Amino acid sequence: MKREQTTSRTGRFWMMVAMLLTFMAGIYSERLGFLQFTMDNPEEIWILFVEHVQLVLISSAISISIGVPMGILLTRGFMRKYRDWILNILGICQTVPSLAVIAIAMTYLGIGKKTAIFALVVYGLLPIIRNSVAGLAGINPVILDAGRGMGMRPAQLLFRVELPNAMYIILTGIRTSTVINVGTAAMSFLVGGGGLGDLIFSGIAMVDAGYMLAGAVPTAALAIFMNWFIGKMEGWIVSDGLVYDR
Amino acid sequence: MIELERLTKIYPGSTIPAVDSVSLHVNKGEICILIGSSGCGKTTLMRMINRLEPITSGTIKINGKDLTPMDVIELRRSIGYAIQQIGLFPHMTVFENITVVPKLLGWDKKRMSERVDELLTMINMDPAIYRERYPRELSGGQAQRIGVARAMAANPPVMLMDEPFGAIDPINREVLQDEFLKIQEKLKKTIVFVTHDIHEAVKMGDRIALLDAGNLIQYATPEELLTQPKNQFVKDFVGADRALKRLDLLKVSDAMMKNPVRCSTEDASEKILERMIEKDLHYLLVTAPGSRLVGYVNVDMLRGHKGVVGDVARPMSVTVRPSQNLKDALSKMLTYDIGIVVAVDDDGILQGVLNSKTLVSVVGETYDEHGGHWGKITTGGRIL
Ligand SMILES: Nc1ncnc2c1ncn2[C@@H]1O[C@H](COP(=O)(O)OP(=O)(O)OP(=O)(O)O)[C@@H](O)[C@H]1O
Ligand SMILES: [Mg+2]
Repeated sequence: MKREQTTSRTGRFWMMVAMLLTFMAGIYSERLGFLQFTMDNPEEIWILFVEHVQLVLISSAISISIGVPMGILLTRGFMRKYRDWILNILGICQTVPSLAVIAIAMTYLGIGKKTAIFALVVYGLLPIIRNSVAGLAGINPVILDAGRGMGMRPAQLLFRVELPNAMYIILTGIRTSTVINVGTAAMSFLVGGGGLGDLIFSGIAMVDAGYMLAGAVPTAALAIFMNWFIGKMEGWIVSDGLVYDR
Repeated sequence: MIELERLTKIYPGSTIPAVDSVSLHVNKGEICILIGSSGCGKTTLMRMINRLEPITSGTIKINGKDLTPMDVIELRRSIGYAIQQIGLFPHMTVFENITVVPKLLGWDKKRMSERVDELLTMINMDPAIYRERYPRELSGGQAQRIGVARAMAANPPVMLMDEPFGAIDPINREVLQDEFLKIQEKLKKTIVFVTHDIHEAVKMGDRIALLDAGNLIQYATPEELLTQPKNQFVKDFVGADRALKRLDLLKVSDAMMKNPVRCSTEDASEKILERMIEKDLHYLLVTAPGSRLVGYVNVDMLRGHKGVVGDVARPMSVTVRPSQNLKDALSKMLTYDIGIVVAVDDDGILQGVLNSKTLVSVVGETYDEHGGHWGKITTGGRIL
């Protein structure tokens, strides 16, 4: 009750800030020719936006479906010895700049959407694996013991106890990964993957702020939206019994 | 029946056994208490029974069947386990926590729902309030009770309970113990029960196993343990006041004098007074037909009175029931500063009289190291 009230009050405050910023940004972007360009080419922007969303959704879906099982695998008893070792290597890989990952992918896969998606998947994997491991390894061993003592099979323990309890941390990893992905996806234009990067990089090359902003603003909006949406999902998926700062 | 034969557990990386060649049999339908100081191996012993800890050597049989070749999953589902650290699943409601095993066993919704309400009522928690709560919304004692309910949910014939009442306040604990014993009376489960509390052990146990550093020191009934401690260690463990602890064990009916002298409400006061003076009695119990206790009379009340005793008799301010234990009776006697208390059953029928001298002799009894001479007490002791 109390919490809801505070939420709605801060919500209203941020709404006003956002409106003010939008208003100011509107005036500013008008001067830069952003609005003019957007109004002139709504279709082109829309097509690139959809392409961008596709890149993000496909690559994130693949990252999740590889990353979470990897995290599960790394936390099984037989992998305990190798776990830190593998995570360290992945951590080092993550320091390779996204642009370099895309470039490396291109040398093997050539040009096109596949290359872009491959690079995005690789780049988005680590936060998901790392959080899955942290979430699963951080579960209170007592409740695992209780589950085992009650006769749960390993798979039942995983799906009924481990994953529900680790879900919040896993979803945080997915959120981080997806948000990073939205930004990185802009670079897939460089390997012919399409997306809003088309406008951004062309705009930069032509020193046309209107052109560039027509790509950058939707990209930023998409990142903010994904962050908000996955945060919302945490609220739906994670049990109310596990209270974190929400 | 659970049979442990020379059961030994050595944890990897350790040379000292946590459980050292322990053999004990738990009879079907009995509560076996494991007691001993912290780290003596109680939990380890218990966890070998449901195979949560691999056995280093020895065998375990349940109802004559060796556990080693059995499917662990099936085994664990048939054994209720209340773990020492409670271990409720934080993401599940009370309802979901309790129905974990029933769900694994494929019960239907309705049956689970009824069972949950039944169990919650049993542990003194209102289903309407607690069913949908999460563990974080429970107190430690409430969580522990849910842990016990969860272990009992699928009605397993064998239960392992690791300090199930450890986090519960003394009053509620007493209530739960009584409730639990009442249920046990009906269900006759085979239970291994860990506790640190010797009072709880004496009260709950059919047999008590005292462990020390992985060794079974004595395995005996509570009475035997208190009256015939095997060695100094056991004596020290049960405490110098073990004689008093025996009061927990004995009922008023074990120590009261049955058929006490009494008179009837219809008797003439003059005649009774005469008899009391003759026999040097200061007080006399008065009963109505059918042995229903009315009260008592004393010499002063009868002196000069013409009529029947029933007219002057005063009701007893304090009585006890034969099924109460002697500790309760003694505490009543001390509270009301009386040397004698009358036992009546629930219908008010006079059952006997307990006096402080008999109580003292019960306590004294335990010091003769042989014990078991109860006959002496029930016939000895003068009344009134
Ligand atoms: N997993 C383990 N690995 C190694 N040693 C262990 C393990 N669990 C228990 N021990 C050791 O085995 C001995 C017995 O432990 P156990 O937990 O059975 O004691 P306990 O009697 O249940 O004690 P408490 O009353 O404190 O619960 C202790 O010395 C403990 O340190
Ligand atoms: Mg223990």
